[in-house]
Amino acid sequence: MSNWIPLWLHRLSSPPTFYRFAGTLQPWAMTLALLLGAVALYGGLVLAPADYQQGDAYRIIFIHVPSAWMGMFIYAVMGVAGFIALVWRIKLAEVVAMQSAPIGAAFTFITLVTGSLWGKPMWGTWWTWDARLTSELVLLFLFLGVIGLYHAFEDRRQGARAAAFLAIVGVINVPIVHFSVNWWNTLHQGSTVNVFGKSTMSWDMLWPLLTMTLATKCYYAASLFRRVRTDLLDLEGGKDWVRQIAESEADR
Amino acid sequence: MNALQHFLAMGGYAAYVWPAYALFFVVLIADTVAPRLRRHQVLRELRARLARQSVRQERKPPSTPASP
Repeated sequence: MSNWIPLWLHRLSSPPTFYRFAGTLQPWAMTLALLLGAVALYGGLVLAPADYQQGDAYRIIFIHVPSAWMGMFIYAVMGVAGFIALVWRIKLAEVVAMQSAPIGAAFTFITLVTGSLWGKPMWGTWWTWDARLTSELVLLFLFLGVIGLYHAFEDRRQGARAAAFLAIVGVINVPIVHFSVNWWNTLHQGSTVNVFGKSTMSWDMLWPLLTMTLATKCYYAASLFRRVRTDLLDLEGGKDWVRQIAESEADR
Repeated sequence: MNALQHFLAMGGYAAYVWPAYALFFVVLIADTVAPRLRRHQVLRELRARLARQSVRQERKPPSTPASP
């Protein structure tokens, strides 16, 4: 039996090792995010043709949909990391779950506001209590609830475990957001991009959308690495490896 | 109307498209800057704590007698 994978994972979950690992990957993830983002913006804003029904207003899709996918993706990551934190009591899993929450909240907020800016010219209203919009708002409140609960405890690790529990319970909302356009036939349009089966979207519009999705994934990795590193320094403040970093960065 | 003006007009939807893109970048830039500021703060506090500890150790000599 090969047991090097669990061993490698175990080593990686030690804070100083992960700090170095994340520090190596972080600039690459950010560079990739900026490159892919620039290509996607050029493709979406310049190369892609105007929509025959929505004109140029549809171009909001290139940030709205990737942000919406990231909101759900980050929530799922937070739920899984929260589960690992509760079951195996791994400190790194707590940190990953809690540091994912602000990034997920940022993307969900972007989704709601860009959707509002898209809804006004197309639907004639900034907001409506449509199933998709409402469940997305609940997603934002879940992220904010996790952040709030985490900070409500004096003991940070206790706060992380309580917030991880809330995160796990809230995972039920992710499929509700996803399937809301099928379950309730209200205002928000159905999905035009399908992982399994054919997407009902022109390739000229689809490739910038998928490129931006990759860019936001890379951005999340970069932002998460940056946040986790900072939080590990705070959490492990008394340890030698943090002390060395603090002293070596004093000159700068 | 030249090409740039045509592009910026966004077919009459400029008032919706550009604020959406502006918000996207403002929120993500804030998300990038916030942990950097916190990192500086965390390290500054840690260095201050280490400095206080070393001062305290200098003031109070170790209880074990030093060898001659």
